[in-house]
Amino acid sequence: MTDIKRRDFFKLMGGAAGLALAGCAGAPMVSSTGEMMPKTGRRVVVIGGGYGGTIAAKYVRMSDPSIEVVLVEKSKQFVSCPFSNLVIGGSYQIGDITIGYDKLASNHGVKVVHQEVTGIDAGAKKVVTAGGTLSYDRLIVSPGIGFRFEELEGYDPKATPSAMPHAWKAGEQTTILRRQLEAMKDGGTAIIAVPTTPYRCPPGPYERASQMAWYFKQAKPKSKIIILDANPDVTSKGALFKKGWDKHYKGMIEFRGNNKVVKVDHKKMAVDTGVEEIKGDVVNVIPPQRAADIAIKAGLVGEDKKWCPVDATTFESTIAKGIHVIGDACIAGAMPKSGYSANSEAKVCALNVVALMNGKEPIPLSGINTCYSFLTDKEAVSVAAVYKVDGGKIVSVKGAGGVSPDLSTLEAQYARSWIKNILVEMST
Amino acid sequence: MTRKWKYLAALTGGMLLSASVVAAEPSPAMLANACGGCHGTNGASAGPSMPTIGGQSAIAIAEAMKGFKSGDRPATVMGRIAKGYSDAEIDAMSKYLASQKWVGVGQRADAAMVAKGKDLHDKNCKRCHLENGKEFDENATVLAGQWLEYLQIQMDDYASGSRKMSEKKAERMKKLSRQELEALAQFYASQK
Repeated sequence: MTDIKRRDFFKLMGGAAGLALAGCAGAPMVSSTGEMMPKTGRRVVVIGGGYGGTIAAKYVRMSDPSIEVVLVEKSKQFVSCPFSNLVIGGSYQIGDITIGYDKLASNHGVKVVHQEVTGIDAGAKKVVTAGGTLSYDRLIVSPGIGFRFEELEGYDPKATPSAMPHAWKAGEQTTILRRQLEAMKDGGTAIIAVPTTPYRCPPGPYERASQMAWYFKQAKPKSKIIILDANPDVTSKGALFKKGWDKHYKGMIEFRGNNKVVKVDHKKMAVDTGVEEIKGDVVNVIPPQRAADIAIKAGLVGEDKKWCPVDATTFESTIAKGIHVIGDACIAGAMPKSGYSANSEAKVCALNVVALMNGKEPIPLSGINTCYSFLTDKEAVSVAAVYKVDGGKIVSVKGAGGVSPDLSTLEAQYARSWIKNILVEMST
Repeated sequence: MTRKWKYLAALTGGMLLSASVVAAEPSPAMLANACGGCHGTNGASAGPSMPTIGGQSAIAIAEAMKGFKSGDRPATVMGRIAKGYSDAEIDAMSKYLASQKWVGVGQRADAAMVAKGKDLHDKNCKRCHLENGKEFDENATVLAGQWLEYLQIQMDDYASGSRKMSEKKAERMKKLSRQELEALAQFYASQK
C-alpha cells in the first residue's frame, strides 16, 4: 500500500476504525473459507472460554437475550488454574476443576464454537478462525496469558515444558508436574522459578510451594523446595505464607528473593540466575508473562507490548474500537490477574457492552476480587477487595479489603465452596 | 501515522468515553452481580458453606451486610468486602438480590434428626421463620433449603455467642443444646 492509498483508506474507514485496523497489521485478512455463521441480528463474539469469557458470554445473554452471543474456544473442556495447586499437592483431582460448555448453550443460548482464533479484523469486525470467519457488532476478548519464553535463555517452547512444566495454564501441564512429584525420590529437591510481576495469580507460586510441601511432608519428608523469585519478596500474602511455612513445613521451603532465573537447561534439569546454576529433581519454571498470542497478533497490547490497555468502565480497548479485553490479558488498574477479577470484570464488561449496543450510557464499575490460598489441605488464607473507578482508573475502595488475620480452617471451608460456585457459575 | 500518534488518539478516545459516565451510580445489577463469584448467579449458591442469598429477604440481606460492615457479625472475607459499600449501595444490592428466585436445595438428612428439628422448629422458631422456614417475617430469613454447612456454621456462631441475636431470639436459642441446634439445621436443610 502506498502512503496516499493508505491515507484514503483511513478516510474511508473513519478515524478510530482505521486506527484499529492499522494496529493489527500483522493479523490475517478475512479468510477465504468465508463466514461460518452468517449474522442475522446483533451479535457479540467472545474469544476464550475461561474465567472471563464464559461469564461475559452468559451475562450478555442474561442482560439482553435479543443479542446473539458466539463463544469461540479451542478446547472442549476448561481446567481451572485456581485449585490446580491442590491437584499438584494431591488433595484435589483434576476432574474436580474441569468444566464443559454444554449448559451455557442449553441454559443461555450461547453458541459455542470450538475453533482456534487466528486473527481479528477490527476494521471489518470479523474474527478469523480455521473454520471460517465470524462477524460481530462488539467483540469481547478474554484470551488469558502468553509466555515470554524468549527472555529465558535455552528455553525451548516445545521441549522445555515437558521436562520443566510451568503448570501455569492448567490441564496437561498440571498432571505432568504432579506425576514428576510422585516419581521424585525422597530427599529430592523441587525448584519453583517465579517470574517478575505482573503475572497471573500473584499468590499462586507460594500456594504451589505450600502444596508441594504438604505432599512431601506425607510422602517424602526428606525433600525440600527452593523458590527462586525474580521479585524481592513474596509478592502476595507474604506474612501469612511465611507463618504457614514455619508452622507446617519448618526447614522444608527455602525462599530466595531477587533470584531471577535467566537461563534454563532442561536436559541438565538446571536453572541459572546469572549468579549460580541450581539443579533440581523437579523444576517448575514459571516463565515471565504477557497477554495471550491473539492479543499480540491483533495489536491489542499497549506500549509495553505485553498487556492490553482498556477503558476502566467498559473494558473497551483504548487501541481498537468495538473490541473489549477482560481478564489476565488486560490492564485493569488495581484489580489483580486472578480468576475472581476476571469473573467480576466480565460482568462489568457484559453490562456495558449491552448498554453501548442499546445506545445507553455505560454503568460505573463496581467489582470484587476474592482469592484463597491453601497452606495445607485444611488451612487457607484469603485476600479480598472491592473496586470502583476514580479518575478514569480502577482503584480499591479505601477502608475495605485486606488479608486474613491468620491461617484458618473456616476459610478453607469457604474456599472449597467458592471453587464449586465459581465453576458452576461459569458452566451453567 | 506514527505509533505514538495512534496511541495518543486512542487515549483521547478513551478519555472522552469515560467522561460520559461520571454522573451515574453503579446500577443494582452492577453491584449485585459481583457477589455471584461466591454466592452463585443471581445469588443461588452451589457451594455448601456459602448461603443462597437470591430470593432472601431484602431486610435480612441488608442487615447481614451492615452487620459485616460494622463488625457486629463475625466474618472472614465478608467483613472486608462489606466495608466497600455505602449503606445506600447495600440497600440497592439487597433489593436486587431479594427480587431473584429463591433456589432451595433440599438436602438429604438424617430422618430422626429432621423429625426432632421439625418439633423444635414448631415450638421455638415458627413465629418468625414461617411455613417451615420457607417464608420470612420482617428481618427473619428464609431457611428452607439453605445449605446445611452454612446453617451449621451459623449455629456454631450463635452457640459460641459470636453472632449477636435479638433478645427474643436469644431467649429461645439459649435453651437449645448443640445437638438440638444441629437437628434444626438438618430440618431446614432438608426442606425444599
